[in-house]
Amino acid sequence: MNVVSLVLQAGLRDLSRNRWIVAYTLSFLGIAEGLFWFGGTGPQVLLSLLNLVLLVLPLVALVFGTIHVYASREFVELLLAQPVPRRELFAGLYLGLALPLAGAFLVGAGIPFIVHARDGATLGGVAALLGAGVGLSLAFAAVATWIALFTDDRLKGVGLALGAWLASAVIYDGLVLGAAAAFGNYPLERPLLGLMLANPVDVARVLVLTQLDVSALMGYTGALFERTFGTALGTGIAAAALVTWCVIPLGLAGRRFLRRDF
Amino acid sequence: MITLDTIRKRFGALDVLQDVSLAVRTGAVTALVGPNGSGKTTLIKIVLGLTRADHGTLHVDGQPADDAGAYRRAIGYMPQAAHFPANLRVGDVLDLVTQLRPGEAVDDELARAYDMDGIRDKFVGTLSGGTRQKVNAVVAFMFRPSLLILDEPTAGLDPLSANVLKEKIRAVRREGRSVLITSHIMTELETLADDVAFLCDGRLRFAGPVAELLSHTGGRSLEDAIAGLMRSDRAGRRAAVGTAEPVPVLPWLSPEPTGVA
Repeated sequence: MNVVSLVLQAGLRDLSRNRWIVAYTLSFLGIAEGLFWFGGTGPQVLLSLLNLVLLVLPLVALVFGTIHVYASREFVELLLAQPVPRRELFAGLYLGLALPLAGAFLVGAGIPFIVHARDGATLGGVAALLGAGVGLSLAFAAVATWIALFTDDRLKGVGLALGAWLASAVIYDGLVLGAAAAFGNYPLERPLLGLMLANPVDVARVLVLTQLDVSALMGYTGALFERTFGTALGTGIAAAALVTWCVIPLGLAGRRFLRRDF
Repeated sequence: MITLDTIRKRFGALDVLQDVSLAVRTGAVTALVGPNGSGKTTLIKIVLGLTRADHGTLHVDGQPADDAGAYRRAIGYMPQAAHFPANLRVGDVLDLVTQLRPGEAVDDELARAYDMDGIRDKFVGTLSGGTRQKVNAVVAFMFRPSLLILDEPTAGLDPLSANVLKEKIRAVRREGRSVLITSHIMTELETLADDVAFLCDGRLRFAGPVAELLSHTGGRSLEDAIAGLMRSDRAGRRAAVGTAEPVPVLPWLSPEPTGVA
């Protein structure tokens, strides 16, 4: 077995037994099941869960991820002291963090939709929600890894992680709306589309909502996005943007890991 | 044999290591000592490839240290404190390290002495600090590398387990392998070390056999000798600050430490 899969396996074993990851899984499971139990139809549950996914998932991935990378520092040093290449070790460590986070969400949010398969949720809608959740987990785990490798000060790192969450999940949409209102007399469609793609939370929202045919809930940029690209192309572009949001911070984190002193 | 040649390392405005040249002899235990912040940990991290030197070269068994890290096959490392993931079982940790170094001859003597079989299924997070330190030692001694780097190896161990570890270190030396060890317990180092490397403010102030250090300083023990070195070094710095020309208060400290390659 190669280094990546060995370190990944260790990460999976460790985090699958982690009480926070178990609680995170059970929370999604309980909330989704509860929404069905209280009479929600499939599409209603999807929409309710989407709001939770867009708010909670980046927060958990960023804060848990940052703390986890800091807590693993001494173990990483021990692994780095073995005759293994840094690049492979980094890949194993990142996947060992990101996959349990994504898996916890998949299990917690996915099982209720399998159990209630006849309650009206479309396969496309469920797949988009789960795909967006996995994409956000991978992207924000990469951002968390980069933050923890960027600064050795744990308090500063967690602060940066919270700041990144506030910026992407809370403040960003308000700023875009403010800009749209302030510059309403100008042709802003293209810049606003660019701004939407610049935030993974917005990208995930649009990715799911284009599958649900609820343009009223897409927000300004989302509605504009669908009108400009249509559903099929829009889904493809949003998915590609989410993948890009995984690749860029991961690249930055990997570069930092390869070059930094431990 | 490990050879460091004019190693320099700077963190920001701080010169952590300044032209450190040192040879760790084959089949010898070399104690790396010095006050807190003297650069010991940085030097160890440079040998392990965790930190890159700004200048200088490192050879382990004649092999140049490079980023690929293959030279680390010749090194076993025991950090000061074990921080294994809490939710891994002891067996998971041991298996992981074994699989990361495929094809290397396994030395399970310490694992048997510390009864690792009895705790293989226990989660690391449930172990006492001392038991975690035993796992830490077993990981370092699991193979037969030509160089063992031990950072405060007996910290947290009970006297019996510490004795087992010290006996293992002596056995490693008898097998002709090298050990680089740091500890603040000088009495322990005195019973183990053949050579001493004394770092202060990032400079190597002495490197050579323990007996030579004792005769230079007139100290009755390693603890006396090292304490004397530290006092003299401080006095030297004060004298250098207070006079136009630095006063040679340490004439017996050779500009080029003995034992340098």
